[in-house]
Amino acid sequence: MSATRDEASTQEGSTALGAAPALVSARGLVKAFGEGDKRRVAVDGIDVEVLEGEAFGFLGPNGAGKSSTMRMIGCTSPATGGTLRVLGLDPATDGPAIRAGLGVVPQEDSLDGELTVRDNLVIYGRYFGLPWKACRSRADELLEFVQLSDRSDSRVDTLSGGMKRRLTIARALVNNPRMVLLDEPTTGLDPQARHVVWERLFQLKRSGVTLILTTHYMDEAEQLCDRLVVMDAGRIAAGGSPRELIAAHCTREVVEARPADGETARPAEVLASLAERIEVLPDRILLYTDSGDDTAAAVTHHHELDLASVLVRRASLEDVFLRLTGRTLVD
Amino acid sequence: MIGRVLPPLPRTARPTLGAGRHLVERNALFFRGHVLVILGGFFEALFYLLSIGIGVSDLVGDVEGPGGKTLEYTEFVAPAMLAASAMNGAVMESFNIMAKLHLSKAYEAVLATPITIRDIAVGEITWSLMRGGAYSAAFLAVMASLGLVSSWWAVLALPAALLVGFTFAALGLAAVSVIRGWQDFEWVMTAVLPMFLFSGTFAPLSTYPDPVAWLARAMPLYHGVSLLRGLTTGAVSGVLLVHLLYLVLLGVAAFWVATRRLEANLLT
Repeated sequence: MSATRDEASTQEGSTALGAAPALVSARGLVKAFGEGDKRRVAVDGIDVEVLEGEAFGFLGPNGAGKSSTMRMIGCTSPATGGTLRVLGLDPATDGPAIRAGLGVVPQEDSLDGELTVRDNLVIYGRYFGLPWKACRSRADELLEFVQLSDRSDSRVDTLSGGMKRRLTIARALVNNPRMVLLDEPTTGLDPQARHVVWERLFQLKRSGVTLILTTHYMDEAEQLCDRLVVMDAGRIAAGGSPRELIAAHCTREVVEARPADGETARPAEVLASLAERIEVLPDRILLYTDSGDDTAAAVTHHHELDLASVLVRRASLEDVFLRLTGRTLVD
Repeated sequence: MIGRVLPPLPRTARPTLGAGRHLVERNALFFRGHVLVILGGFFEALFYLLSIGIGVSDLVGDVEGPGGKTLEYTEFVAPAMLAASAMNGAVMESFNIMAKLHLSKAYEAVLATPITIRDIAVGEITWSLMRGGAYSAAFLAVMASLGLVSSWWAVLALPAALLVGFTFAALGLAAVSVIRGWQDFEWVMTAVLPMFLFSGTFAPLSTYPDPVAWLARAMPLYHGVSLLRGLTTGAVSGVLLVHLLYLVLLGVAAFWVATRRLEANLLT
């Protein structure tokens, strides 16, 4: 980006508080597909502001509108309504200039299967107009960063899922982006591969790169996001830091009671009075309370109920989501 | 620590003009390891010339060329082979584009960079022309060495062959942008084969029944064949400008349709 654009973006994108500039600013953002009877609204008028240097998350189930939002921010999908500014510029008119400052890790594997691991990075740098020499040295640095140096001449098809995701992350960093968009960065990865990805993302965040990610894993959101919004059916149900969200929409602790016969309706009636609020799921009952141990003791006191297990845990974003939407995140 | 792992780049990353050339570079990176595939395209055209041209030539004898000029059959058919190979190369290239569009989703990643749909279209067509142009140049050299070129106008046959390549590359891209999937590609091939056979390729249009001749005149390959045949045989007249104009207009229109359609399909 040119110097003048940087200045413009800083002025235009500054928040009222005059803190870090807003790299993304959306007002009443809408995305709809199709016309007439077939019209389907994926994003239904959301307001979002992402500040420089933070890790911002969109948490929600499949079909909540997270990916559509990400594609609009990434300037590969035009907004249907509302206003959107990314890096202080308008995606409708300045798409290429905005994309020059972004790194994108799409949900689906979009690596160039006909090229080697290293050439994938080199040519991607060329797409950003970087000189060949810079592309080559950048590719080698990034391969080291994502621990793929030893695979540099392999064909992309021979990589495992976790390696492909790491290579895609490396590819998104080739232009030294101001902001990186990650759509479900660890979906489909085994636990070990997830942790490697998280660790790299954490390093990126510490180096000051702004991250926006979508996820339907609450542990991912809790680990990586400074701030997040909970999305459901194209709308934002709530927003804040993970801790704020739990404080605002949940008690501190949760007791989970699992009836031995799987029948939850009757025990739920008995247990309702023991907690501030209860949620009845098909296989278990959740009791929201500020003192988990006391409530658990009271639950186990009901000997007439045949409970297979009673456990106490800290409240998580999963509970926030359940509270806000009446549904669980991963079905 | 991260600073050591990821030293900041000078901010040279900015949208550039003519970014389509990076798509050409991408294809060059791939074909660096596939030189034989590249050579194959040249031999295909050459084999057609040797088998149909030289083999059949002895049986057929002379034919009437453009402007009433009497030509050996090989002289007659060689420029048509040049035009047909420019067409085939461009159509084959659109198969590659189709695969990148529907199978590998390669363009989705490209579009996340400053590269635009128009850059992709320009880049892929440029690559197609570079490859096709190299074949055409080699083919012309073979024609000249076999004594099948009878005029200095033939020097213009190379840019003319590039024009034929452009028109068909743009048509191929437009087809790719319109069709729904691989099954529809059958229709493309169904259109290409009769056009190859009945565009004045193997016999003058005057030998066709009238309706077929008029149909041929509407087809782009006929204009490519006529343009190249006029140039290599030196039968140059104002009619060549009509062929030229037809190919330019059709190519530009197809390019316009292709970019609009690709924008509608990819930027949803």
